Amino acid sequence: MAVNGVEIDIQKLNKSFNRLQVLKDLDLKIRKGETTVIIGGSGTGKSVLLKHIIGLIKPDSGKILIHGIDITTKDESELGEIRSRFAMVFQSAALLNSLTVAENVGLGLKEQHRLSKKQIDETVMEKLTLVKMEQKHNSMPEELSGGMKKRVAIARALAMNPEVVLYDEPTAGLDPIMAGNIDELIMELKEKFKMTSVVVTHDMESAFFIGDHICMLYQGRIIEEGDPESFRHSKNDIVTQFITRHRNVKVGGT
Amino acid sequence: MRGEKLVKERFYTMVNPLTYVGTRALNLFQLAGELLQLFVNTLYRCKHAFRNLDKIFHFMVKMGVNTLPIATFTSLFVGMVMVLQTGYTLEKFGMAESLGAIVPIAMARELGPVLTALLLAGRIGAAITAEIGTMNVSEEVAALKTLNIDPVRYLSMPRFLACLCMLPVLVIYADAIGILGGASVAAAYFHIPVKVYFDRMAESLEVLDIIKGLVKAAIFGATIAIVGCHYGLKADGGAAGVGEATTKSVVCSFVSIYILNYFITRLWL
Repeated sequence: MAVNGVEIDIQKLNKSFNRLQVLKDLDLKIRKGETTVIIGGSGTGKSVLLKHIIGLIKPDSGKILIHGIDITTKDESELGEIRSRFAMVFQSAALLNSLTVAENVGLGLKEQHRLSKKQIDETVMEKLTLVKMEQKHNSMPEELSGGMKKRVAIARALAMNPEVVLYDEPTAGLDPIMAGNIDELIMELKEKFKMTSVVVTHDMESAFFIGDHICMLYQGRIIEEGDPESFRHSKNDIVTQFITRHRNVKVGGT
Repeated sequence: MRGEKLVKERFYTMVNPLTYVGTRALNLFQLAGELLQLFVNTLYRCKHAFRNLDKIFHFMVKMGVNTLPIATFTSLFVGMVMVLQTGYTLEKFGMAESLGAIVPIAMARELGPVLTALLLAGRIGAAITAEIGTMNVSEEVAALKTLNIDPVRYLSMPRFLACLCMLPVLVIYADAIGILGGASVAAAYFHIPVKVYFDRMAESLEVLDIIKGLVKAAIFGATIAIVGCHYGLKADGGAAGVGEATTKSVVCSFVSIYILNYFITRLWL
């Protein structure tokens, strides 16, 4: 895996909101074709980090290099080209409530005005079949369950044929079976399309299952990173507490 | 954290009137600047209008048809009450016939555009802010950006063009209803034959009066859409934030309409 090139290189990223520093000199490299999982407690800035990568938030200082181009210095109009290689699946799915499932999935393509309606419809059905939501193409988002919305959101992200997909808590708020389905879908996409994924989560089971590379975000910086196996045997107290939910667990002891 | 800061800020601004006035003035200038920026940006995106005709027509139908009943009601009763109010005074001087000159001119120049604009601000301006604001707080606007769709082009431009085109149409309608309402009361209470009323109107009302009213209406329509979109796109803080943004949007639209109305009339009467 280590032979893969670097897709996204984040250097010394700083961001504060109302004098509260969320990210402090954060360094992170995301490799091509891998699933990078970023774990960390609520409010540690995981989502903020993702939104930086796709240019929704500008950092106070630091660089985000995508194929060597620093996106933090680009304005909205210049970001377009870089964004077209990225897609994001929001925590709340963020489907447009006024559009049907199929319209949501085809929205990005329709607004590009490059493909005919028939071509768009074909892509939409193809992506919906991939996430097993083709039956619901005429439903409105409000008629769907949380898990279904997430699937549609993934289909919408895939419709743009991105190279990198960013997932913001894809399994949060789902029952274990639905969460498992989403995990399998992310794995499938990696294997089928060699897609680079960045997943933000605090669901450890999911992290160990899908992650090629896991990073722990704590107090604004990455305190530990490595493959799932090395993570399981981490000596870092904060990491062990996060994985086992308890402080200083001694196996077999009292 | 944020609450504490807000309380502190309020406290300081309350003890120092100069700070208070200064902050408010700065905020006002900032708002004016942001509105102007959004206006220019939206105007620039209008080059995509032909590709989005379906969306624009959709909004025009929604705005026009939905506002029609209340616009009818308002202008009908305003026309009628205006005849009652002015009629009694005019009758004392034996000039009740000139009602046919007064009511149509007032409707076409002033009451038609302003009242309909206020209605549209309350109905459609609020709806625009609530809709876009809800989209904003539920990350739908951010999702649009990640799909490489410019929110100004997708959300603001069609609403802007729809408001701009639809308000003058509503005003034509409101003018006609108001004038007819006036004619009916003039005939019923002041015994002015409908023919006399309309003869007076034909003598005094000029086409330019109507056109001026319609241009005013178009400007008000544009203002309502821009203000509505601005507050929607800036909304944050969940449902409460959207509610607050909607209130602010309506107030801002109203104030803008009053101010613009004065200056347009002043410069171009």
